Amino acid sequence: MDLSTNYMGLALRNPLVASPSPLSYTLDGIKRLADGGVGAIVMFSLFEEQLRAEAARTIRLVEETAESFPEALDYFPDVVEEDGSPRNYLDLLERAVAAVDVPVIASLNGVTPEGWTDNARAMQDAGAAAIELNIYYLPGDPEVSGREVEQRHVDVLEHVRSAVSVPVAVKLGPYFSSPGEVALRLDEGGADALVLFNRFLQPDIDHEQLRVLPSVNLSSPADARLARTWIALLRGRTRASLAATSGVEVYADLARYLLAGADVVMTTSALLRHGPGYAAELLDGLTVWMARKGFQSVDEVRGMLSVPADADEAAYERAGYVTAMRAANAGAYDAW
Amino acid sequence: MRATVDGNEATAAVAHRCSEVCCIFPITPSSPMAELADEWSSKGRTNLWGTVPAVVEMQSEAGAAGALHGALQGGALATTFTASQGLLLMIPNMYKIAGELTSAVIHVAARSLAAQALSIFGDHSDVMAVRQTGFALLCAASVQEAHDLALVAHAATLQTRVPFLHFFDGFRTSHELQTIEMLEDEDVRALISDELVLAHRARGLSPERPFIRGTAQNPDIYFQARETVNPFYARVPEAVQGAMDALGERTGRHYQLVEYSGHPEAERVVVVMGSGAETARTTVAFLQARGERVGVAQVRLYRPFPARELAAALPQSVRRVAVLDRTKEPGSHGEPLFLDVLAALNEAHGAGEREAMPMVIGGRYGLSSKEFTPGMVAGVFEELARERPKPRFTVGINDDVSHLSLPYDASLDIEPEETVRAVFFGLGSDGTVGANKNTIKILGDAANLHAQGYFVYDSKKSGSQTVSHLRFGPTSVCAPYLVSTASFVGCHQFALIERSEVLDRAAQGATLLLNCSEEPDQVWDALSRPVQEKILAKDIKLYAIDAGRIAREAGLGRRTNTVLQTCFFAISGVLERDRAIEAIKASIKKTYGKRGAEVVERNIEAVDRSLAALHQIDVPDQVSSRREAPELVPADAPEFVRTVTAAMMAGHGDQLPVSALPVDGTYPSGTTKYEKRRISDFVAVWDSELCIQCGNCSFVCPHSVIRSRYYGPDRLEGAPDDFRSAPLEGAGLPDARFTLQVYVEDCTGCGLCVEACPVTAANEPGRKAINLGDLQPVLASERENIAFFEQLPSNDRTRVDFGTVRGTQFLDPLFEFSGACAGCGETPYLKLLSQLFGDRLTVANATGCSSIYGGNQPTTPWTVNADGHGPAWSNSLFEDNAEFGLGLRLAADRHTELARRRLQELRDDVGAELVDDILSAPQVRESELRAQRERVAALASRLDELDGPAVEDLRSVLDHLIRRSVWIVGGDGWAYDIGSGGLDHVLASGKNINVLVMDTEVYSNTGGQMSKATPLGAVAKFAAAGKTVPTKDLALQAIAYADVYVARVAFGADPQQTLRAVREAEAYEGPSLIIAYSHCVAHGYDMREGLSQQYAAVASGHWPLIRYDPVVRAAGENPFLLDSSRPRMSLANYRKGELRFRALAAAEPTEAERLVGLAQQVVEQRWRVYEDMATRGAGEFPSNPRRPS
Repeated sequence: MDLSTNYMGLALRNPLVASPSPLSYTLDGIKRLADGGVGAIVMFSLFEEQLRAEAARTIRLVEETAESFPEALDYFPDVVEEDGSPRNYLDLLERAVAAVDVPVIASLNGVTPEGWTDNARAMQDAGAAAIELNIYYLPGDPEVSGREVEQRHVDVLEHVRSAVSVPVAVKLGPYFSSPGEVALRLDEGGADALVLFNRFLQPDIDHEQLRVLPSVNLSSPADARLARTWIALLRGRTRASLAATSGVEVYADLARYLLAGADVVMTTSALLRHGPGYAAELLDGLTVWMARKGFQSVDEVRGMLSVPADADEAAYERAGYVTAMRAANAGAYDAW
Repeated sequence: MRATVDGNEATAAVAHRCSEVCCIFPITPSSPMAELADEWSSKGRTNLWGTVPAVVEMQSEAGAAGALHGALQGGALATTFTASQGLLLMIPNMYKIAGELTSAVIHVAARSLAAQALSIFGDHSDVMAVRQTGFALLCAASVQEAHDLALVAHAATLQTRVPFLHFFDGFRTSHELQTIEMLEDEDVRALISDELVLAHRARGLSPERPFIRGTAQNPDIYFQARETVNPFYARVPEAVQGAMDALGERTGRHYQLVEYSGHPEAERVVVVMGSGAETARTTVAFLQARGERVGVAQVRLYRPFPARELAAALPQSVRRVAVLDRTKEPGSHGEPLFLDVLAALNEAHGAGEREAMPMVIGGRYGLSSKEFTPGMVAGVFEELARERPKPRFTVGINDDVSHLSLPYDASLDIEPEETVRAVFFGLGSDGTVGANKNTIKILGDAANLHAQGYFVYDSKKSGSQTVSHLRFGPTSVCAPYLVSTASFVGCHQFALIERSEVLDRAAQGATLLLNCSEEPDQVWDALSRPVQEKILAKDIKLYAIDAGRIAREAGLGRRTNTVLQTCFFAISGVLERDRAIEAIKASIKKTYGKRGAEVVERNIEAVDRSLAALHQIDVPDQVSSRREAPELVPADAPEFVRTVTAAMMAGHGDQLPVSALPVDGTYPSGTTKYEKRRISDFVAVWDSELCIQCGNCSFVCPHSVIRSRYYGPDRLEGAPDDFRSAPLEGAGLPDARFTLQVYVEDCTGCGLCVEACPVTAANEPGRKAINLGDLQPVLASERENIAFFEQLPSNDRTRVDFGTVRGTQFLDPLFEFSGACAGCGETPYLKLLSQLFGDRLTVANATGCSSIYGGNQPTTPWTVNADGHGPAWSNSLFEDNAEFGLGLRLAADRHTELARRRLQELRDDVGAELVDDILSAPQVRESELRAQRERVAALASRLDELDGPAVEDLRSVLDHLIRRSVWIVGGDGWAYDIGSGGLDHVLASGKNINVLVMDTEVYSNTGGQMSKATPLGAVAKFAAAGKTVPTKDLALQAIAYADVYVARVAFGADPQQTLRAVREAEAYEGPSLIIAYSHCVAHGYDMREGLSQQYAAVASGHWPLIRYDPVVRAAGENPFLLDSSRPRMSLANYRKGELRFRALAAAEPTEAERLVGLAQQVVEQRWRVYEDMATRGAGEFPSNPRRPS
């Protein structure tokens, strides 16, 4: 069975990609992901803001205790410097690239223009096969317009695009008035891949302890539908590769995404739940299914059920949508 | 090349280039030399020959000297850096190194020796104690000289084979920043002959050309062999002068062994060594200009003593000589330099080389960094001019006991007009010193001015005050003494303006920059009457800025340094304003650039905001304030506190006369309570309604500011309106009330109490039963509340449950308000000892943090209870604490035995029943101890009716009939390193001693150097690349003796286990060892997180909680108890919260990952060993071999 896949110019052995997760925090974890069989690995995200905050904290800790007691004018050797550069990340990236035989993609979340470009360049220098821009941006300010938010995505992409030569993917959220148009603008702006969709981690509230809980919820198969719909819609309309993320639990989810038109399918939750070795099980399932259906390669599967580029999108979309809603509400809203 | 460095760096910069091996041990004020050498080596900086010098931290200075000796005998070029007690520990090796004619250099930042008290400050007591070892002694008087003479020492030792000790004044030179000319590598190379290096190497031990060195000699040859070295010593003066000349030729800086300056036909001359020579020289120039025939001879080479050069240096016209020694040799005929000079002149006179034998007098000056000023030098010359000068004298103090001190004019100002002088008053935490160091670099490097900076710190580790003394001028600044008349005064903390020193140091017409949160038009009114008076009297120009606000707005928190530095440049005029601002910004980028854009941006923003917020204040022409300066100590404080302690607190300790001070270093206990420091704007505030009275907050409070009492409701009569009281939670006392009182003026705002509080308000997230709140609104009412609280009776100790954390809060702490760091992780243990056993406690305290916050003047925290009983505390040394404590135990045992014997002898006179009761009484429970105290009191009364030698004898040891609790306390530097051998021996003694190791896993007091307790993978000084050896398991070592009670505790993780262990250890009639995890500022996190980090340390298995109780073994059970549960957190997870670990991950990620992996393995392996031990049968452990007492 031919599972080989092209993802933004990278030749992958299969279309399953490990998306950013704690599994890539260590070299050992990255090796286990590769050994598990994935086609590529996107490393955990480097958060510029966190780096800056940690550097500032380090300075505070070093300086506040210094120069106040005659016997101990400081408490740390001079080498204690967190300079805001992601040495840790880059070092791991470099070792990961050397250690595994699948492409390693770096993931970046910046806050300043320099933060985006400098870090992207450093990632490229450390051997990243590509860079995924994790534009995790929640406009907390209600005054910010939708257009401004969109423009920010385009600006970030163009900034990074101009700084590096490796492929650049943009991972974006679904919360745009017209996600399709944003996708096309990013495609035009030079994105080599679009990763749909980022899931925003929304904190929960503990009503007994009266506090906000920073919770992380793994995705479930239901989360896949939104991304699948948009991939189906964008298939054939972008130069950029399309990556699906969220809601992969069993091989069938993989198959569905491919049928909708995804070039690659990413998963975090399933690998976190079942371990990196689960990738092989997903791929086995896919292979068996493909064999059962008589497919020879994933290219044959890809996009079979996407919206044809020349179709009346609104009609196609509405048809599926209305049918689904009716089925879901059967009984309760009969009259509707 | 010009550079602005201090004496330590100036010296290390040469030593590192001239050495292959540096064997070191940290000791103030020399530590920075070793730290720099280590830092340079860890960054790969090489010596002259392209080798990176090995820098090896040893377990003590004795160890460093041994390793030094070995390295030298191995043929390497080796050095060490030390001071004070450290140098004393090197003496045995120094004799060996010299006796074997070994080229070596020891660099010493000369410091006082511990006598009646320890002092970290500078004088020549230490170097004078090694003048007989055979080392040559070479003394530098300034930062430039320290740099140059370091090289002369390295050159001359190779040439002469005589080892050299190069020294300079501790702090005054070691820590003074100066603009100097640095020696280039070529300069160093030019003086160090490769041929001599090879010769030195060839003298090293090698099996290829074997010999034996270090034999034992007998009466037949030892004497003659000792005399063989004379020609080598005879060549030293010439060789040193030769090296000095070679240096002078290359650099233009010329030095003499004994350098005379002054009138060519001087009549009166001062002879002096060290930084005092600079003061003497400038004063002599001043006096000479006034027409006086005076001179000064500066001695640079002290051993071998250059008698000929000295005699030749003094003009023949000299009739009177005063020799100044910076040391004291009690009982001698005179101090060493004095005797040497006297002998040299006498010989010269006898040999006909000098026509007249001058009168020579000797005096002491400058002990423990006591100021030595031009006024004092002039005072000495005045004494020399008297008809009958004092043959022995002191200068700089008021000796009203022996009447040796000379009068002098303290106001004599000889500094050149063009020197700008500035002083800055700040707190350690506000960054004042850092900013001033930066200013000096800007002016010294960028503006081509000569700059000098000297910084005075107080002895507190929290809320410590700093005074920065800065000078700038077009020529080199030669003024190694504090600035007394400053044209610019920066008062960086508003509260400090009340210290009289601030305006006392202002010159007439000076500029005062005041950090003040008041609006500009309110600033004047905010000042007290005495302050306003001084401002008017000195015609001071007043500027103000709300630096705290600007810093906060710029995102710099409490760091007001950038703001105030900007203001200094804006108004002082030392640099043109725009140029100054540009220089500050450039410096910010240089300093913080490597630490991220964020910090640079914030500081630049602060600079820009500062200029707009700086205001000149209109000073009215008369005083408007009626507010007086606050009283320093309460009027009802003991007389000693009011007269002596208060003077020290006010910064007037220099004026205390000799008679004011105790003769033997004995001071009253419990004086911190008189020093209300108010160092935090935020203090603990109790919520009486939410509180469940668990005692956790009080247990963890490092400063004993949280006190609890219960009392009858009738006691509330007359309580202040704001006095809070709640029904006592607990059975048995239904009407009783409970109050938790916060001593707000002593609170450091560390927040540990809030973290320890288990209660959260139902309706207000984040609110606990104890919270941090503003001090100012509650200050006045809390003072009244505290006064009321203190008149409530202490709770009856026999009714308190000693076994619970909750119970301990009702036991008065007899360790309070220490100057330890805010949130200290050690002091809660000491407080607990004082609560449980304080009235019968004797403490032997190793030198280190705990001896500093426990015993540093002016005020000390160990105090007494209402009966006047309390801990008896003493500090001997760093290295000998276990032995010292054992001695205390042995004395107590002898005297207990004596008391019991005498009591038996007096059985008939005293009464059989009382005697039998006393001798047989158990003394473990508090009620038993109380009963025994009552019996002993009855015995004392009975003895009053008797007389005779046996009665007298018994009376003198009566207190030993109360069971004494001897505790040996110290840090890991002592227990794991320097005192390890002694501790091991004492634990093996079988004696009833208790050892508390407050383990911060690093040398805390001297600034974070690695100890053998430092964890694998942690970054510390001398382990900059991460420690690569696991921690020694002190607990298992002690357990191996079978009769030692051992516990490993962490009060932040399990206070109940801590309490249990401390009580079991004390009750055990044999040696006990408690290893207590102590969070520390050297770990690198906000101290408020100390408890959660302790918890994580235990949860990750980094610090398993254990107890090993020989009593349990004796009862046939397994004595090894594992008190914490199996690790449930990865070590990496625990470590990510601490900078000491994170730093390595940031700098060397691969190495950090490797080390944390290894450390994880170590943790798991140790856990398996412990688990195995905890599940063995009792028979698998050796039974206690000691006979029961």
